[in-house]
Amino acid sequence: MRMTSALSFLTQVTGKSSRNLQGTTPGNTRDSSVCSSWSLRGLRGWCRLRHTSQSERMETQSQVVERLRETFRSGVTLPEQFRRTQLTNLIAMIEENEEQIIKALHKDLAKPKFEAVLSEVDILINELYYANANLNSWMKREYVTKNLATKLDDCFVRREPLGVVLVIGAWNYPLQLLLLPMVGAIAAGNCVIIKPSEISAATEQLIAELVPKYLSQDCYAVVQGGAEETKALLKNRFDHIFYTGSQAVARSVLVAASVHLTPVTLELGGKCPCLLYGAVNMAAAARRLVWAKYFNSGQSCVAPDYVLCTPATREALLPEIQKTLVDCFGTEPQASPDLGRIVSPRHWTHLMELLGRSKGKVVVGGEGNQEDKYIAPTVLVDVAEDDALMQEEIFGPILPIICVDTLEEGIAFINRQEKPLALYVFSEESSVVETVLKNTSSGGFCSNDGILHMTLPSLPFGGVGSSGWGNYHGRWGFETFSHRRACMLRGWGLEMLNGLRYPPYTERKLSWVRWSASPKSMCSLM
Amino acid sequence: MDRQTVQRTREAFLSGRTRPLEFRLQQLHALKRMINEKETEISTALKQDINRSQYDTPLLELIGIENEIKLAIDKLAVWAAPRPVERNLLTISDEVYIQPEPLGVVLIIGAWNYPWALTLVPLIGAIAAGNAAVVKPSELSEYSSLLLRALLPRYLDKDLYPVVTGGVSETQELLRLRFDHVFYTGSSTVGKLVMEAAARHLTPVTLELGGKSPCYIDKNCDIRTACRRITWGKFVNCGQTCIAPDFILCEPCIQGQVVECIRQTLLEFYGADPKCSPDYGRIVNQRHFNRVIGLMEGYTPVVGGQSDASQCYIAPTVLKDVPPQSRMMQEEIFGPLLPIVTVSDMDDAIHFINEREKPLALYIFCSDKKASKKMIGETTSGGVTVNDVMMHYTLSSLPFGGVGQSGMGRYHGKHTFDQLSHQRACLIRSLGMESVNLARYPPQDRRRARRVRMALRSPLIDMSKRTFIWAVTATIIGFGLFISLLVILLIASGLNCTCWYWRGFYNYFY
Repeated sequence: MRMTSALSFLTQVTGKSSRNLQGTTPGNTRDSSVCSSWSLRGLRGWCRLRHTSQSERMETQSQVVERLRETFRSGVTLPEQFRRTQLTNLIAMIEENEEQIIKALHKDLAKPKFEAVLSEVDILINELYYANANLNSWMKREYVTKNLATKLDDCFVRREPLGVVLVIGAWNYPLQLLLLPMVGAIAAGNCVIIKPSEISAATEQLIAELVPKYLSQDCYAVVQGGAEETKALLKNRFDHIFYTGSQAVARSVLVAASVHLTPVTLELGGKCPCLLYGAVNMAAAARRLVWAKYFNSGQSCVAPDYVLCTPATREALLPEIQKTLVDCFGTEPQASPDLGRIVSPRHWTHLMELLGRSKGKVVVGGEGNQEDKYIAPTVLVDVAEDDALMQEEIFGPILPIICVDTLEEGIAFINRQEKPLALYVFSEESSVVETVLKNTSSGGFCSNDGILHMTLPSLPFGGVGSSGWGNYHGRWGFETFSHRRACMLRGWGLEMLNGLRYPPYTERKLSWVRWSASPKSMCSLM
Repeated sequence: MDRQTVQRTREAFLSGRTRPLEFRLQQLHALKRMINEKETEISTALKQDINRSQYDTPLLELIGIENEIKLAIDKLAVWAAPRPVERNLLTISDEVYIQPEPLGVVLIIGAWNYPWALTLVPLIGAIAAGNAAVVKPSELSEYSSLLLRALLPRYLDKDLYPVVTGGVSETQELLRLRFDHVFYTGSSTVGKLVMEAAARHLTPVTLELGGKSPCYIDKNCDIRTACRRITWGKFVNCGQTCIAPDFILCEPCIQGQVVECIRQTLLEFYGADPKCSPDYGRIVNQRHFNRVIGLMEGYTPVVGGQSDASQCYIAPTVLKDVPPQSRMMQEEIFGPLLPIVTVSDMDDAIHFINEREKPLALYIFCSDKKASKKMIGETTSGGVTVNDVMMHYTLSSLPFGGVGQSGMGRYHGKHTFDQLSHQRACLIRSLGMESVNLARYPPQDRRRARRVRMALRSPLIDMSKRTFIWAVTATIIGFGLFISLLVILLIASGLNCTCWYWRGFYNYFY
């Protein structure tokens, strides 16, 4: 039912007919039969012929980009109504296929249903509703304050779409990290190419199947492929590149972008510290810490990477962590349905090697099962600053605890590392929280809890320094994918006042100009 | 050498000196004092660099800088304050805000056409945002760069805001070092190199580049006034302005009139021989002089066209009926040449603009407001001014910056501050209210999951029509219930309603 309404709307908006709807999904011929079965029903036969021949040829990447650019030029994406419809379709896509999504995520990461719903489905739905509710106000012209010389003019900032943007997702939250930026891009009126991560294959397949079914195929395309395809894709010219992933790849993205002077947004990771200091309700802190760390089996870019605390705190914390782990995952975590798995054998091996190389003492967990890609929730103590675990982002269910003696030492430790994506402080003394907040830098900050700051669409989500560049979520995503165009509409009058700036110059003219251009002229009452 | 300077700057930043607002204000005041006290020296340096009129320097650069400083001093407390934002049910009792924070050491690479404005305006933002900054003025505007290097340490903190001078190789050397932000103003070619160098350290960049800014004159407009404004914008600073109108688009029927009006205005502005006018500038160096002269080759100008290599002088020049594929129309002119390209109508002009790279600025001269709005809607550019040129640059409340090939990022006023700050998302929770949180921890079941879904929903108040109607209905019902409750209470308390109602207040008191 809703499909047909979307279909007829599209036909209405674009003014083109069936041709719009039967373009193939680039790089994905397998689902074309699915697409055609609904989109071609009742259409003329030549369409079907053309459709199959097109899918056989398979559109190359540059053709996809070119096709989207054509659509963008036609101005289809500009009206608010169009964007709204696409956002609503996206909501429908997620809501109608929730079961399938959860299944795919389970296949990739053994994501428990709860985690999948919370961190992928709901956060997206929230964002979509938020964008839909606020789109009108975001798109409004922003009138700005004026000085005397421009008092009679219209001065405002227009949010304009950038063009064709590329969103590259990551495998740890295959849906959220791909579609959440896309929400901003759609809201801002861009044409979007999304490139899901090839590592989370089931979700990739599902996205490639669903997106063309629900969204306009002329404006939004899914490109599939591995590192090679991505490299080739990046050679094309885009108007913005939004990348989520690792620093190493980010560098090559940035180099590729510099060829076309493409602006980029980089959402990278980093070792997010978690500092416990002073009076802490250990039971609550341990529960929240464990939840944040082992959520998605530690494969979150904002997961606490390591814990910093005094030796005394550690002694109190360890039993609480042990107790919480039993409460949460039982005595046999491998059997618990609430613990995810590592994404691929390669990542599993890497993590186990890392654990093996570490000189720290394993106090909880440490076991792994290669067949199941399972690693038990692990806690290590006596980890030195130069330990193998402290050299890179861990991105797995391994939690080293590092001891510092004072708060200053802890802050100094944090500042010695690269700026993290998130910083967590557990303390019931607000002075401790304040001190850490003031003396450190990080993408986001959350005290007495983990991860939660990224669930709010009103807060910008993004890194600083080596943890990223640019931000998104809610309005911030919209702004990321918009160009803020300064507009000044002047009249023909007041040529006398204008005449002041023309040569031949005199001293008197200069003093008048000085007065009129000053931001706080005495005529601010006007 | 540079390495040590940057190292020292980073240490100075890490000392935390820039964090208090008082310090930043004090530095801004010092910078303002510098501009006020050294105005003549600055004008003289520019006279030597590009023979700029002594009135033009304050007009084009110093007034703007001064206003930017004034604005920053006035608004700094507001800009730097944490901004509270909306919450959801789970975070309802917490503090949620965005805290602007300094990034660290910023590299500011200026350009030679406006050596002061293009280095100091970003610097003002860097100081206001609490960053340390390494300032690298262009080596082409030699006198200004040397003066800046001499003046800045005398007024500002020496360690935090050093000035580094040097040519291409020094700049390359500098770019190899790690900064927390690079702010570059200049050409697209170098912009690409800057971005590539920044990739190594994943440094965010702001690029303020140029481009061919089109200027469309509609036949339905006050052509005299339009030409006066264009002539000023084009030939000020000898055409070496990144937002100067690069070429004119108009219909063939008004071309003659446009040329005539520009000719007259030039006479008004610079007299019969612009070379003798104290208000007309020069090309910055021989290389650029040759480049601009080269662009003109093969075309006969209808106005101007004279040049003098010894002085790097090129007269204000207008060229008619320039073919769109000529060399002059392929690269940014950045000199006093004004080609006129004819188009059949406004739609043709829009098409012409959209076929090319996105420009830094777009100028539309048209008396029909609807038509100019249509043109704004169907094109894109860094900024746009209708019925005037360059004025959008002068307003610090408007973001200034390019899009596509004309740059990325924006600055001026608060926009500079935001560009050079990190917007840190802060969520300050407490360890209490654990019962609300219990729902999200494993082991999971259906009931708990539903509660979390509910708690994380945001915004708390959705703005749909249905909610609105419900809210209004509920309010009316609630209000009605409240009134009846009051009446019941009054009656219950033994007050005889009819009694005071009939007698009225008057009788009650007397």
